[in-house]
Amino acid sequence: MANDPTSMRTTVRQVRYLGSARSGTHHVWHMRLTSFALVPLTIAFVWIVLSLIGKDYNTVVKALGSPAIAILMLLFLLAGIYHMMLGMQTIIEDYVHTPVAKTWSLMGNTFFSICVGLACVYAVLRLSFT
Amino acid sequence: MAEAKNRTVSPEARRPLSPHLQIYRPMLTMMMSIMHRITGVALYAGTLLLAWWLIAASTDARAFATANSVLTSIPGQIVLLGFTWALFHHLFGGIRHFIWDTGRGMDHPEREYLAQATWIGGLALTVVVWVVAYMVR
Repeated sequence: MANDPTSMRTTVRQVRYLGSARSGTHHVWHMRLTSFALVPLTIAFVWIVLSLIGKDYNTVVKALGSPAIAILMLLFLLAGIYHMMLGMQTIIEDYVHTPVAKTWSLMGNTFFSICVGLACVYAVLRLSFT
Repeated sequence: MAEAKNRTVSPEARRPLSPHLQIYRPMLTMMMSIMHRITGVALYAGTLLLAWWLIAASTDARAFATANSVLTSIPGQIVLLGFTWALFHHLFGGIRHFIWDTGRGMDHPEREYLAQATWIGGLALTVVVWVVAYMVR
């Protein structure tokens, strides 16, 4: 059937592992996993930011470096950055169709996410350990 | 000849295409789907702001003061207001997806209620947080 020129099916070889994402269901699952974690973590993040409004530098630094807040911030950042990387990957796969542009976009997405994530995590750790 | 030409077209190219955006009448559920994606992209860009703020705080008092003065300026506040709204709108959109994941809320009129709850919830929580923010300032 795959060789039938009138068939609209692609061959199993093409279908298996060769969707636009080049992968199975782990993308969807990781999206849900991070989403679920991000509901309480977003509330915690907003709470932390609200508690720091109008505070002077020393108070903010001390608060962000305290273990409970630093751990909540790190969890929020890691879950959030991974979540946004997966989300942007979906958007790129939806709208960028030419293989070259798609590969560059996906690479850019990964690099951007890792750079921003690492910068944020480094900053929080520096606040914790200095 | 026509048949021969047809053979050169790949099976993928001859797959039926689903109708795209311009085919449909705008609907609230569709708007919420689009807004979920747009707010996601906005939050993606917004992480730069968060990274800047955290790096400034971890650098020194002067860098932190610079970041704070930009963020508390009128344009800074407008961007932060947008950031807050995008965050909450996306949060409520995500909760809506969780409800759908259980197989509920996909029929009429439930999906309309969920779409309305998404934008109302996002706006309401934004207002609440900003009122609190200006009160504790």
